[in-house]
Amino acid sequence: MTITDALASRLVVSVAAACALAAPLIALDGQPGLHDPSTVIAENGKYYVYATGNGLPMSISDDGWSWRRAGGVMQAVPGGKPGAAVIARGGNNTWAPDVIKVGDKYFLYYAAPGTQPKAAIGLLVGRTLDPGSPDYTWEDGGPVVWSDGVEDSNAIDPGVFHDPTNGTLWLTYGSYFGYIRLVELNPKTGTRLHPDRTPVDVAINSEASIMIVHDGWYYLLVTHGSCCQGANSSYNIRMGRARKVTGPFLDNTGIDMLQGGGKLFLGSGDRYVGPGHFGLLDLGDGVQKFSCHYEADLDRGGISVLDIRPLLWREGWPVAGDNVKSGTYEIESARTGTALELAVQGVPVGGARGRGGRGGGPPAPGAAPPPPPPPIPAQDPSQVSANWPTGAAAVRMSPYMLQAQQKWAITAVADAGGYPGSPFFKITIAGTDRALAATADGELAVLPAFTGAPEQLWRIDQLADGTYRVMPKAVPNSKVPLSLSAVGSSMPTLAKFTPDSDRQRWNLRMP
Amino acid sequence: MTVRMNLWLQIVAASMLVAAQQPAPAAPRPPAATLTRPASAAKPVAADGFIQRWLLLEPIRVPGQLTEVAVRGAVEKDFPVTATPLPKDGDTLAIGDSELKWHAVDTTNYNVNLYHFAYALNKPTSNVLFWAVTVVNAPREMRDVRLAIGSNAASVWWVNGAEATALYNDRQAVIDDGVSKRLTLKQGANVIRAAIVNAGGATDFCARFLDEIDRPIKTLTATLTGR
Repeated sequence: MTITDALASRLVVSVAAACALAAPLIALDGQPGLHDPSTVIAENGKYYVYATGNGLPMSISDDGWSWRRAGGVMQAVPGGKPGAAVIARGGNNTWAPDVIKVGDKYFLYYAAPGTQPKAAIGLLVGRTLDPGSPDYTWEDGGPVVWSDGVEDSNAIDPGVFHDPTNGTLWLTYGSYFGYIRLVELNPKTGTRLHPDRTPVDVAINSEASIMIVHDGWYYLLVTHGSCCQGANSSYNIRMGRARKVTGPFLDNTGIDMLQGGGKLFLGSGDRYVGPGHFGLLDLGDGVQKFSCHYEADLDRGGISVLDIRPLLWREGWPVAGDNVKSGTYEIESARTGTALELAVQGVPVGGARGRGGRGGGPPAPGAAPPPPPPPIPAQDPSQVSANWPTGAAAVRMSPYMLQAQQKWAITAVADAGGYPGSPFFKITIAGTDRALAATADGELAVLPAFTGAPEQLWRIDQLADGTYRVMPKAVPNSKVPLSLSAVGSSMPTLAKFTPDSDRQRWNLRMP
Repeated sequence: MTVRMNLWLQIVAASMLVAAQQPAPAAPRPPAATLTRPASAAKPVAADGFIQRWLLLEPIRVPGQLTEVAVRGAVEKDFPVTATPLPKDGDTLAIGDSELKWHAVDTTNYNVNLYHFAYALNKPTSNVLFWAVTVVNAPREMRDVRLAIGSNAASVWWVNGAEATALYNDRQAVIDDGVSKRLTLKQGANVIRAAIVNAGGATDFCARFLDEIDRPIKTLTATLTGR
């Protein structure tokens, strides 16, 4: 958050009011309005996120798609506000928290700025995130780091990182005034491990820092640009990487982030302006997502909202993926290259005809060449479906030939729930209501019409390599999550997702 | 027959087609290079699970259309599969004006080359339907397994009398191209039947079983006497 972010907490109030209105099914559902979100964290199947604002506003989701405001963290802190030592080192505000679970404890770090750059980062320690639990309380852990208003640091925007390679715990913090800094934390207490050591400077000209690790590299993600001006905010997420947790963090051109370097991870796009405050949400099985907020969601009147999107990896760098958008797609097996289709006899697009496009024979001497043949329109199911089964039909895979039985409409279903970042979808033969469904024997069928049953609702997660995992919300008579899977070249089925195989990886191509 | 046939291949295929339609020469042809007569009571499946022992019926002339409707019409026309007793080597079958013979073969490859089979017998290889039968012996009941086949060209497959999988249209024999839904192999004998329809050019098939996580099953044996 920038030094001008006194605006932000006021903004959050208006965001909350705006989100009480019915929101379109775009970047999350329900009440996604917030600013400076923490990392999204899961506990017992529910998702939690914390944000800038009075009392540290908290949002909860039962599925990662539809969110609701759920009061503030400080309601569970003795005294209802930051501890006296935190306020003394910084101030009364509560901004830009981050949260992590280490062992059986949750550590929640938050910025408590006074007149910036005088600021402190406070620690809260809890045993559960669930406000309904009898064990729910947050204990003041005091200030962890602070800036005195003179030094080259503005101690806000904490980002906490638990290194899976050695169990160490680290905190990055800072915002524009001076450096982004790194200190090591005690994994047992969440406090500084070596308070006498000088923090390590790792970046400048940024804020909202956080670190992740992947394949032996440490990645420092920060937010550049300005916030809190709605669609006039230039926020964008940038990154560098290092072999050591302490840096140096270089971008893709070799520029140190201490000299302003930073490879773009995510800028404005689609209908969203000003992404910032990266957070990693690792769902296991190699499925990773990231959270951020947009300074302005144009489809929600320009308010600031949370989003959750796929995290991809290409050539050693994280890449922001896109949640699936409703549309018509070819669903192609990444393993076999064949496409999912309704098992009916296909008809060539444009009808059966001989070899075309080879120019025919030479024109008679002096004669004008014949005009080129007219375009062939796309095949519509109404042209070819006369002999399709009226009841349940099989599915199979075949080479994609642009035929009607091979084109699938993937359509978001309102009010049917979802999963982190996205609603459930129905998958129907484009131009029809024939719906792909999971069957009780763990196979697939295309039913005559979509009914909204759980076995006809589909979760589609983009994976690290850009392919997609396609899962029914439920399989009749089964509690085991299954994924659309290729067996051989022509047989789709449902099977347990195996991250190291390409059987359950699919490409979605716009026909 | 490949669907990506270039001009050279078209010429080759056309010549094969013409050759196949020539009147059979009087002199016997050499035996199929990849097929031998079984010399043992049972043959374990290959190291990669492929079934290498089959009874093959001499080809039946059919229109050679490979659409689903045409293939099913050809398959069902003269041969009610589920009601037919298991044949044995040397049995004959009257189809129309022809009397066709069953031949027991072992293949030396993962696949069964039907072109070799028919050509060696001076039989047509184009616009034909081949029937194949084998008995797969399972050491124990095996649930959630799949029959995995490839065929040139279209084919329909049955396991213990129930249709298991089918492939249509012009295609090459690709390993595990068509895979059945999950099924159960009984302990002991399980009868596998297949009908392969070829339009022109090369024709062959391959078949094996996959376990519940799609690994080839290597503990089966093939015999020709399930009775």
